[in-house]
Amino acid sequence: MRKDNLSVKGGECVIRKKRKRFTWDDLELTLLSLPSITWLITFCYVPMFGIVFAFKNYKYKPGEGFLYSLFVSSKWVGLKNFEFLFRSPDIANIFRNTLGYNIIFLLIGVTLPVALAIMITQLHSRRVAKVCQTAVFLPHFLSWVVISYFVFAFLSTDKGLLNSIITSLGGERIFWYQDPKYWPYMLVFINTWKTFGYSMVVYMATITGIDQSLYESAVIDGASKWQQTWGITIPLLRPVISIMFIMNVGHIFSTDFGLFYQVTRDSNSIINVTQTLDVYVYKALMQSNNYNYSSAVALMQSVFGCILLVIANKVVKKIDPESGMF
Amino acid sequence: MEKKKKSVPQDGFNRFNRIKPATNAVFTPIFILLAIITFLPVLFVLIISISSEASIAQNGYSFFPTKLSLESYAYLWQSKAYIGRAFLNSVGITIVGTIIGLCLTSTLGYVLSRPNYYMKGVYTWMLIIPMLFSGGLVASYMVNTQIYHLKNTYWAMILPGACSPFYVIVMRTFFQTTVPDSIIESGKIDGASQLRIFTQLVLPISLPVIATIGLFLTFNYWNAWYSAMLYIDSNHRDLYTLQYVLISIEKNISFMARNEDFLTEESMRNLPTETMRMAIVMVVVIPIACSYPFFQRYFVGGLTIGAVKG
Repeated sequence: MRKDNLSVKGGECVIRKKRKRFTWDDLELTLLSLPSITWLITFCYVPMFGIVFAFKNYKYKPGEGFLYSLFVSSKWVGLKNFEFLFRSPDIANIFRNTLGYNIIFLLIGVTLPVALAIMITQLHSRRVAKVCQTAVFLPHFLSWVVISYFVFAFLSTDKGLLNSIITSLGGERIFWYQDPKYWPYMLVFINTWKTFGYSMVVYMATITGIDQSLYESAVIDGASKWQQTWGITIPLLRPVISIMFIMNVGHIFSTDFGLFYQVTRDSNSIINVTQTLDVYVYKALMQSNNYNYSSAVALMQSVFGCILLVIANKVVKKIDPESGMF
Repeated sequence: MEKKKKSVPQDGFNRFNRIKPATNAVFTPIFILLAIITFLPVLFVLIISISSEASIAQNGYSFFPTKLSLESYAYLWQSKAYIGRAFLNSVGITIVGTIIGLCLTSTLGYVLSRPNYYMKGVYTWMLIIPMLFSGGLVASYMVNTQIYHLKNTYWAMILPGACSPFYVIVMRTFFQTTVPDSIIESGKIDGASQLRIFTQLVLPISLPVIATIGLFLTFNYWNAWYSAMLYIDSNHRDLYTLQYVLISIEKNISFMARNEDFLTEESMRNLPTETMRMAIVMVVVIPIACSYPFFQRYFVGGLTIGAVKG
């Protein structure tokens, strides 16, 4: 009676779990997915063993193979790299920049595009709405390198538009790329400029998918536009907003490298307000060849980000069980 | 993927439930302003690229140059040995990368969408973990350069981003919701292998998602510069892409004047470097600006699938 999954034991019916067999179909599917899985292992999993860099003092010795010198010759220093890192005076600054900017971006990202999306769906003229929607989507498709040129056209010390306007009004030229005090505002503005269109369009798509009869019944009950928004539109946007929110919180320790490195043109004078963790990791690796600190910081980013993502997902699930990523 | 929703008709209930005309009069200019703000920098750079170098030297960058000229584009055309090469590199990497990316993403997405697949649980976890946790820049860099020897090759700019887990999930969701099991069943009854079912039955009806992911990949590869910055050094100028040319020009303003692909002493003195840089930016931006409006709905549709189903 092995084949039968049902059996009678001690007067009760017991259903045994059927063991899955590896079928011919499964073999074909495995072959079909082999290139992709190989790619995953090659480019995502193999580098994971590289976290060992963070715990070792890697020294390149010419003549030795890479793996040999990484695993055998380099000294294991445990948490020393992290210790040095935290003692360095810059690190507090870098954390402050990273978290500070990301929190501001996050707050703007869940309020501004949502508000704009709700507003734009109310416009009388659908043509204006369509044209604006297409227009604001453009910055999303431009790379930070291209945007750094745009910014340069405005901020260049001797040729930029802003300085031309200032001098023609009688003021002194401002050395934009050397003066730290404007950069926080400018970076927030530029990042918002690039990202609000995309979010706004996604929210718009969700809003136009809302069933009109909900609004009809609200109006019959005498709801004002404001009440309709708070009572219908926003709650129905909540799943999408919370997924965007979770993903952003999970990435709160990583920043868009292009924004903080290309747009600022890697200027050293403003580094106190523009250097984030990613910029530090890149510069430590490529410019000072400091593999140890670079990978220590990268590891921290990964680990904290992962923990935060899981926590954020749990919190959102508690508030609204429908939303949530997993 | 849902059919594109028709815009809400402005009659009957909707007319009754509209916002007040006064509110509309406030909202409309706001959005027109936003549209202008987003396009303004592009327009500015375009104008700079068609200004004459002399007027830039005199008045700086301006919306109203004293003299217009196409000399920067003429010089670009003359230096097509260098810029043209970078252009071809960008185009080639974009095309090859998109094709490879589509193959990897769609096969894995399809396999994961089959409900009875033996390895489904394992593979799904294998897919999700890299989204949360990665080895870090140093690890990837070391692995790619020391073990795989990808430094200064085209593959360094194509392979690392080819199969993004996020896109795989979008594809999987699409295959799960839009491809009816009956098609697959009928294929199996007719004795087709999974490969044939995939290529001849499933793919032809999956064109929307292929278009969507294909477009994402195309724009990502065209705009990619980070891999070039990491893996290509200055001794391999023939591997530069357009984006990286822009970066290397930034790093070294007189770079082009010193590059021997350029011309004689005399023309080097008059080289319109300022306008030429902006002209190169235009070469990068114009294909994007002209094509993205037509593909808007693919981007929006694909994103809402991914976002809603997670």
